Amino acid sequence: MKNALEIKNLKKSFDDLEVIKDVSLSASQGDVICIIGSSGSGKSTLLRCINLLETPNSGEVWVNNELIKMGRDKKGQPYPADQLQVDRIRTKLAMVFQSFNLWSHMTVLQNVIEAPVHVQKINKTKATELGLELLAKVGIAEKAEQYPSSLSGGQQQRVAIARALAVKPDILLFDEPTSSLDPELVGEVLKVMRSLAQEGRTMIVVTHEMGFAQEVASKVVFLHQGHIEEQGTPDEIFNSPKSGRLKQFLASNLEG
Amino acid sequence: MDLLNMLAFNDSGWGDEMLMGMLITILVSVSAMAIGLLFSVFGTMAKLSSSSIVRSIGNTYTTVIRGIPELLVIYLFFFGFNNALMAAAKSLFNYHEYFEFPVFLTAAIAVGIISGAYSTEVVRGSFLAVPKGQVEAAKSIGMSKFQIFHRILIPQVLRYALPGLGNVWQLTLKDTALISVMAIAEIMRTAQIAAGNTKEPFIFYIFAALLYLTLTTASSKALNSAEDWANKGVRRA
Amino acid sequence: MSSYHQMCEGLPGREAWLNLNLMCEKLPDLLKGVPLTIELVLISLLAGLCLALGVALMRLSKNRLFNGFARGYVFYFRGSPLLVQVFLLYYGLGQFEFIQQSFLWPFLREAYWCGILALMLNTGAYTAEIIRGGLQSVPFGQIESARAMGMSGLLLYRRIIFPIAFRQALPAYGNEMILMVKGTSLVSIITLMEITGIAKQIIAKYWTPVEIFLIAGLLYLTINFLVTQLIKYLEFRFTPYLQKSK
Repeated sequence: MKNALEIKNLKKSFDDLEVIKDVSLSASQGDVICIIGSSGSGKSTLLRCINLLETPNSGEVWVNNELIKMGRDKKGQPYPADQLQVDRIRTKLAMVFQSFNLWSHMTVLQNVIEAPVHVQKINKTKATELGLELLAKVGIAEKAEQYPSSLSGGQQQRVAIARALAVKPDILLFDEPTSSLDPELVGEVLKVMRSLAQEGRTMIVVTHEMGFAQEVASKVVFLHQGHIEEQGTPDEIFNSPKSGRLKQFLASNLEG
Repeated sequence: MDLLNMLAFNDSGWGDEMLMGMLITILVSVSAMAIGLLFSVFGTMAKLSSSSIVRSIGNTYTTVIRGIPELLVIYLFFFGFNNALMAAAKSLFNYHEYFEFPVFLTAAIAVGIISGAYSTEVVRGSFLAVPKGQVEAAKSIGMSKFQIFHRILIPQVLRYALPGLGNVWQLTLKDTALISVMAIAEIMRTAQIAAGNTKEPFIFYIFAALLYLTLTTASSKALNSAEDWANKGVRRA
Repeated sequence: MSSYHQMCEGLPGREAWLNLNLMCEKLPDLLKGVPLTIELVLISLLAGLCLALGVALMRLSKNRLFNGFARGYVFYFRGSPLLVQVFLLYYGLGQFEFIQQSFLWPFLREAYWCGILALMLNTGAYTAEIIRGGLQSVPFGQIESARAMGMSGLLLYRRIIFPIAFRQALPAYGNEMILMVKGTSLVSIITLMEITGIAKQIIAKYWTPVEIFLIAGLLYLTINFLVTQLIKYLEFRFTPYLQKSK
């Protein structure tokens, strides 16, 4: 069976601290996987290992049935063996960050067409056309010529989503996309993410927004101290949690 | 060896003169820095004043001095200070005798005025950087103006100003090399005399450079310690 | 020209509190020094900038030899006064036989080239640190998001890192440009007749330091004002988003 993403026995440590302790996960096309857990559980690190912003110490990452080649340097530290492969795979993935990370010296539109034009070598006119369409889709076409610094957090994050969509990724990665936003602005971003899920896109979302996970996810993964403590459908996870820790986590997160 | 003889600490060697020059450099720098700090107090008060006339005096001071080459300021003082003092003495105190104001002091004042312009900017910035909330908190528990100034403002201003003033110190130290044109026997001038005498300019200017490097490095280390002390309890990047 | 002198004659002279007559008369002489000052500034800034780019890259490299050399270079030229550096080049190098025999001698014997070399090496050190500071202040998140989209190597530097670093470094470099304008005054001590050189000549002859200080100072202030305006324009052109008054 063709899996969009396959993670096998991933381990990641930062110096002496083991943050991911043997995690295996798979995602088929069209899956929306929400990763939940308390801070320090390793959720972001796990996500960042997929597009190699963090380098796993051991284990395998398969994207679209292609294994990312890893090697070891002189000090025994792991590093991606083939930078060209990594770059190529990254163009099939797209990540939306907690702090948006829009490029401050470019306008909104320039941010969106940057990767298509300069990395994927798409014709600029075509890319601009597509870019404007995507900006309209996320609801901020009128801000195309403005700079990120004049936009609100919610607006910047929607630009970031448009930027991610512009590279036509196979998998969308979301790293706590709403955690930096004021409460009133969270809604507009979740709305966009919801419509993306309904379109059938493959998404891996690290989030604290339980309501979103319940509504939209096809699978929810509960990470605790670097292990997958429990995983299942939203119904299973939220309505009949099995593990004690998950129950505790839900109790403290769903009140208020 | 020729080199050792030249740099020896005796009558024929120049080692002692060069070290004496370093002492003079330090003395002038310290005096100038102190004078500059005094100027910066007035300069800051002027620039933060509510009167626009006073503010423009302060702004003129910092803009002009920072925009004009130090050498010009030094020539101004070298050629003009003594006469100006004598003219002032004549008109204010009716003192008609010729006198020579010590050139060391003239140099210190000249460099001090330059240093003061930069210090003013640093101190002013530091004043503005203290979060207003801290003063408000002090007011609300009934501290007097003097107490607020003394216990809250000054320590904070010092903390913010330290790195900037450290930079000004390094600047001042290096600017003293210019007072060699006033024939004061600091490092530069001494090196010049030694070079002319022994026809070995390279050695002596390298030596001069080394002396300055020693002074600036020692200053850096001292400043880092001072910054650590002033920042205890504060999380820094 | 004579009409200019006529105008000057009308001004109060030695008997007045400020010898405006002399100031007027000597202004053209001081103006003659401006081209040399500008020349010195432009050449040393340009050459220094190229040098600084190389040094900054060396400073950021992992190679210990490059890194060490760059650190030593910056340490030396920032820790010692510009005057020492000028004297070392002009008086110091000329002492050696092998320099006098070399192909560089026609350059190194001239105060002009020694001056430019000293200024260039000096600004190179300061600018290298400004560049390094700019590069290091690029927000890490923006580099990450570029990497996440498959950018790496030269493309990443060209499209993201350098543009942002440049914008961060502009104000500091503007300051450096002004310091260089002032730095040119030091070459007057090795007999180059730029503005300060001419000013000193006039002061020593007429003993009117205040008057000459004022007009020479005015010339430098004008040049520095123009530099400040240039930087303001560049900031406006490259960081329009910072100009918005919030």
